[in-house]
Amino acid sequence: MQTLSRKTARMWSRLGQRGTICGVALPEMLEERSDCYILTADLGTTSGLSRVMQQQPERFVNVGIAEQNLIGVAAGLAFEGNVVFATTFATFLTMRGYEQIRHNLGYQKANVKLIGSAAGFAMGMFGNSHYSYEDIAIMRSIPNMMVISPADAGEAYLAAYMALEHDGPVYIRLSGGLNAPVVYTEPYAFAPGRAVWLREGKDVALIATGGMTADALEAAKRLEADGIQAAVLHMHTIKPLDTDALYACSGYGLVVTIEEHSVIGGLGSAAAEYFMEQERKPRQIRIGIQDTFVRPGGHAYVRQENGLDAAGISQRVKAAVSEGV
Amino acid sequence: MMQKEQVVEMAKRMRLKALDLAYAAGKTGAHLGGALSAVEILAALYGGVARVDAKDPGKEERDRILIGKAHCVLAYYTALYEIGYLTEEELNMFEQDGAFLTGHPQKDVCRGIEYAGGSLGMALSVGAGMALHAKRRAKEQRVYVLLGDGECEEGAVWESMLFASKYRLDNLIAIIDRNHLQSDGSTLAVAGLDRLSEKAEAFGWKAVCVDGHDVGQLMEAYCAGTDGRPLAVIADTVKGKGVSFMENDPSWHHAELNEELYRKARREVEEEDGACRR
Repeated sequence: MQTLSRKTARMWSRLGQRGTICGVALPEMLEERSDCYILTADLGTTSGLSRVMQQQPERFVNVGIAEQNLIGVAAGLAFEGNVVFATTFATFLTMRGYEQIRHNLGYQKANVKLIGSAAGFAMGMFGNSHYSYEDIAIMRSIPNMMVISPADAGEAYLAAYMALEHDGPVYIRLSGGLNAPVVYTEPYAFAPGRAVWLREGKDVALIATGGMTADALEAAKRLEADGIQAAVLHMHTIKPLDTDALYACSGYGLVVTIEEHSVIGGLGSAAAEYFMEQERKPRQIRIGIQDTFVRPGGHAYVRQENGLDAAGISQRVKAAVSEGV
Repeated sequence: MMQKEQVVEMAKRMRLKALDLAYAAGKTGAHLGGALSAVEILAALYGGVARVDAKDPGKEERDRILIGKAHCVLAYYTALYEIGYLTEEELNMFEQDGAFLTGHPQKDVCRGIEYAGGSLGMALSVGAGMALHAKRRAKEQRVYVLLGDGECEEGAVWESMLFASKYRLDNLIAIIDRNHLQSDGSTLAVAGLDRLSEKAEAFGWKAVCVDGHDVGQLMEAYCAGTDGRPLAVIADTVKGKGVSFMENDPSWHHAELNEELYRKARREVEEEDGACRR
């Protein structure tokens, strides 16, 4: 395992979250561990698994375009005492084999790590069939499942190693593409269920996950120019939720959750469920995909159209603040 | 491992005990038809050929047995009881509130239950994963997966069939309980299911068809050579086998057994001497 540094952060950012896990973390794990398998459903080359396919063919399995079987075979290998990583696009991974995931990973605790790539609208022109904005909602509703959404490639690398050591099923939702912004350049302790305060601010708390965290930081900078002090909390783990960090947020007059996911069932919902049961309830705005299939386009275009970039976030926050909380 | 004659006796005891448990379940009812069709299949497997040991349930070299058509629990649990995985006390708790032995099995390797069932079409993939690991580590164990014929209507079964063939999993044996019936009627009428053996062969498997109530044929089929291919044993059976009024009647797929019918059913099974031996 390598440590996160300015150099690795920059290098891995070029590869993106998927390239870093599939091309760097997984090949390393196979060399370090003998009880590890990597599975995919016809997305070996696309996922950046070439090194694994060439160097570790005995630990690589390609099931073809058959995601239900992907989950079943992964569970069978896991029941034999192995740690199994299964990867394909987030949409097909979590939705086609959903009941297999529930029955094998959730109910029977198969030690399988699901690596869902290109979540949100990272698939750009591929359109809605390839977009995934319900995956957090359906994965977090399965008992025993851990749900992680890293901010950048470096955190994706650390999350993969955490998943390797964690005994139980994990869903790692990879967002963003190549050359995505770097959020972490220094070594830090990644702990599941422990959110990270990236910025302080007294007026509003922005809680973001996945690739949106970089945009939340940028939005906070813009807000500062307008005299609004925004704190940024990166919620890399949606389940188990860091309720201590949310409790701290409940002291703010305004809390804004930001995710490249539907506002139904994702980070926003999870946070709202927590706040709802507390005596002290902040006003909360959920920034995400409204209950709709979006108009397709390039990744940046779809984000912009749906208010999921720094400009959209800061405008929304400014409007909410000026409405008077 | 038992001789054929002992397995025949084991099957008879399983069938009687299955009726007892179904009757004790009372108004809850139980899956009878598809359990009675699978009695010899499981007796021949657990009693006759499988390398499993209730005294050492977690032994790494054990054969793995997964039940896809998990509604056959009355045959499954009684088989596990016969070879010592379950106590009589545990067995008699069948379908009692909060008890371990539910209408579909819960995973518990210590009690011989390798895989939780209930959702059809999943077990063959999992068995294929286990078989792949055994092959890649040059382990001797075999993986048996019992499927219902109706279960083969699930598309995921055929994903697994393709996969097992690609990886030449000759240590994987799918046993198909071909009782020709499902909840709504015949497998042909409901889903157009036919020519299972040709389908399996077309997917690159070796298919062997046997009388699924003949333990000798079953035991032989489970050990058939396959030339490097996975093996499908298609066991032709009668749903509700052994009880005249249940045989070939889909309404006994899941039903309640009252006292009169219970006594009649038990008498028929007790008196049938060797009919299952054929």
